[in-house]
Amino acid sequence: MTAVLEVEGLKTHFFTRAGVVKAVDGVDFSVAKGEVMGLVGESGSGKSITGFSILGLIDPPGRIVEGAIRFNGEDIAGASEERLKTLRGNRIAMIFQDPMMTLNPVLRIDTQMIEAILAHEKVDKREAWERSRDALGLVGIPSPEERLQAYPHQLSGGMRQRVAIATAFLNRPDLIIADEPTTALDVTIQAQIIHEAQKLTRQTGTAMIWITHDLAVVAGLADRISVMYAGRIVEQGETDLVIDHPLHPYTVGLLGSVPSANKRGERLYQIEGMTPNMLDLPEGCAFAPRCRWATDACTPPPGVQTVDGRQIRCVHPRREGVTA
Amino acid sequence: MNDPILEIRGVSKRFTKRLDMAGRIAAKLGSSVKEETVHAVDGVDLAIKPGEVLGLVGESGCGKSTLGRVVAGIHAASEGSILFEGKDVAKMSGAETRAATLAIQMIFQDPFASLNPRMRVEDIIGEAPRVHGLVAANEVSDYVDDVMRKVGLDPSLKKRYAHQFSGGQRQRIGIARALAVKPRFLVCDEAIAALDVSIQAQVINLFMDLREELGLTYLFISHDLSVVEHIADRVAIMYLGRIVEAAPTEDIFANPRHPYTQALLAEAPRLDQRKRDFAPIEGEIPSPLDPPPGCHFNPRCPRATDLCRETRPMLEPSGDAGIVSCHHWRDA
Ligand SMILES: Nc1ncnc2c1ncn2[C@@H]1O[C@H](COP(=O)(O)OP(=O)(O)OP(=O)(O)O)[C@@H](O)[C@H]1O
Ligand SMILES: Nc1ncnc2c1ncn2[C@@H]1O[C@H](COP(=O)(O)OP(=O)(O)OP(=O)(O)O)[C@@H](O)[C@H]1O
Ligand code: SF4
Ligand SMILES: [Mg+2]
Ligand SMILES: [Mg+2]
Repeated sequence: MTAVLEVEGLKTHFFTRAGVVKAVDGVDFSVAKGEVMGLVGESGSGKSITGFSILGLIDPPGRIVEGAIRFNGEDIAGASEERLKTLRGNRIAMIFQDPMMTLNPVLRIDTQMIEAILAHEKVDKREAWERSRDALGLVGIPSPEERLQAYPHQLSGGMRQRVAIATAFLNRPDLIIADEPTTALDVTIQAQIIHEAQKLTRQTGTAMIWITHDLAVVAGLADRISVMYAGRIVEQGETDLVIDHPLHPYTVGLLGSVPSANKRGERLYQIEGMTPNMLDLPEGCAFAPRCRWATDACTPPPGVQTVDGRQIRCVHPRREGVTA
Repeated sequence: MNDPILEIRGVSKRFTKRLDMAGRIAAKLGSSVKEETVHAVDGVDLAIKPGEVLGLVGESGCGKSTLGRVVAGIHAASEGSILFEGKDVAKMSGAETRAATLAIQMIFQDPFASLNPRMRVEDIIGEAPRVHGLVAANEVSDYVDDVMRKVGLDPSLKKRYAHQFSGGQRQRIGIARALAVKPRFLVCDEAIAALDVSIQAQVINLFMDLREELGLTYLFISHDLSVVEHIADRVAIMYLGRIVEAAPTEDIFANPRHPYTQALLAEAPRLDQRKRDFAPIEGEIPSPLDPPPGCHFNPRCPRATDLCRETRPMLEPSGDAGIVSCHHWRDA
């Protein structure tokens, strides 16, 4: 398997007046051709910033302070804006939680989509129009020919999101980073979009990073799962392994608190405490204040170790048979 | 005890979008803009028994929040009535109305937007019970401590303002405020949707504890089927303003009868399904501005016939305790 994307030791920090926010603080992963990686974790754990870093979309006071991002072998962590522009929307596409980050409110849908094709490819306008129309059809937009003439504000929220997704698929990119693209959508429409994403990875070998906090979605879609907590990947491995036999205490808690994993009416497992303050992280493992298995060994910060075919950052992995 | 605590009888709610100045001028000049009427809720009948948790599920825009607001007395119904303990809320005397308004409380989706940032937590929670004379002025402080402990908040934090709390804590403040007036019935509108994964479980557990301790009845609105499956005794499925199916939770999940319910359950992502093939249902969600004639689901329904395109199916009994509105539910 050839890696489309390799991220190594990535650190993206924000230098704010209140202090340094280490939004991404030493992240390693790679995604192979045709592979879907699910990136999960709580709100504020650094999932989106990881995606923005890959696309070179970090603005001051934020900055990539360390690490390598290799895309098809080329290090793009410090690439010029010009080079990044060529890659964005062509070889690497991002689908944002808010579709208006992709769509231009004052341009008709057809103008935007045709431009997205012509910017990177020499085809005639007619062909670009046809491809745009077909792309809208694929994401379940009825009468796509009419919809092409609409402005974004004339569409419902869910429909706007589907236009943004269709636009991301247009140039058959090598890598798609999808940031919670379906959270706002009805499950029946969500299924349709995931269906199209799946087809794309299977047919054209597009690699995909699917960011979400819905574990059930990635369980059905991803080949591998990375779990983030406070700027670091705390557990990473094949979907079946991570979901059926989580090792990191945070992953254990996360899975335990999903209702469908429990019997009806029973109390849910709950992770105690609050989500961490990114300006004031503990010295050792960031999860330690909420972890029922924490000991003195959890400071200094645990490094990455491979346990049962997975990479985890924890000195007390919850192996089967090991209880509290 | 089997008389319903709350009954929704033939409730409809319409919103008419009035034209603004520009729209009126455009209309005079012959443009096609016109007043639009949304049938947000279209003839809903439901009865909820004391102590029951009724889950209300349906896609975005189908009218769940609107129905919840009508139940909580925030919107007046365009048609139909709400009966609380057998009495029509609209026809109550002043004192009865006040009692009913306090007895039915609503918890909103966004825990922050619904709390006044300039108020201290003790006032957010304590004001209504004091104003309504539920507790004596000199006992309010102890009472607030009690309510805060009940929802798992540390009473020593009561001098703080709402914005100094985390999302999960803010949601608890909203719950404490609702509980402080000793309600009997809670409308929870997507009460956990905005919360972090790890905090959601805390709040679900809290709802279940409160139900046991206080005997509360819930209308639990959510688009998350796994949450509803976990917490509800009975589930009602809404589609474009109408209830299309309702049944005891186990029954509806094991044996959904309406084609829309079947599609919802089939598409709901589950942890135990790996590398599945997502197979979408066809067709676009119709607009509530212009709902299709006959069965509202017919443009997306694999079983639709001419009958479905012409005649509205009525709710009828399905099995022991369920109801369904579909011309062809028996054919499956
Ligand atoms: N411009 C900024 N200045 C300062 N801090 C920032 C900035 N942007 C993001 N952060 C911080 O970086 C951290 C990671 O943010 P990020 O958006 O990646 O979270 P996330 O995992 O995507 O969360 P969510 O699930 O809520 O989208 C957060 O603590 C956030 O507050
Ligand atoms: N105050 C209002 N004025 C006009 N239309 C409204 C108003 N409130 C709701 N609507 C419309 O009524 C319909 C039902 O809205 P409602 O908020 O009840 O849906 P919902 O099922 O709660 O959706 P969601 O899951 O997205 O919260 C929608 O088409 C909405 O646009
Ligand atoms: S009434 Fe007809 S269109 Fe409606 S759900 Fe039943 S079969 Fe489908
Ligand atoms: Mg994000
Ligand atoms: Mg709503």
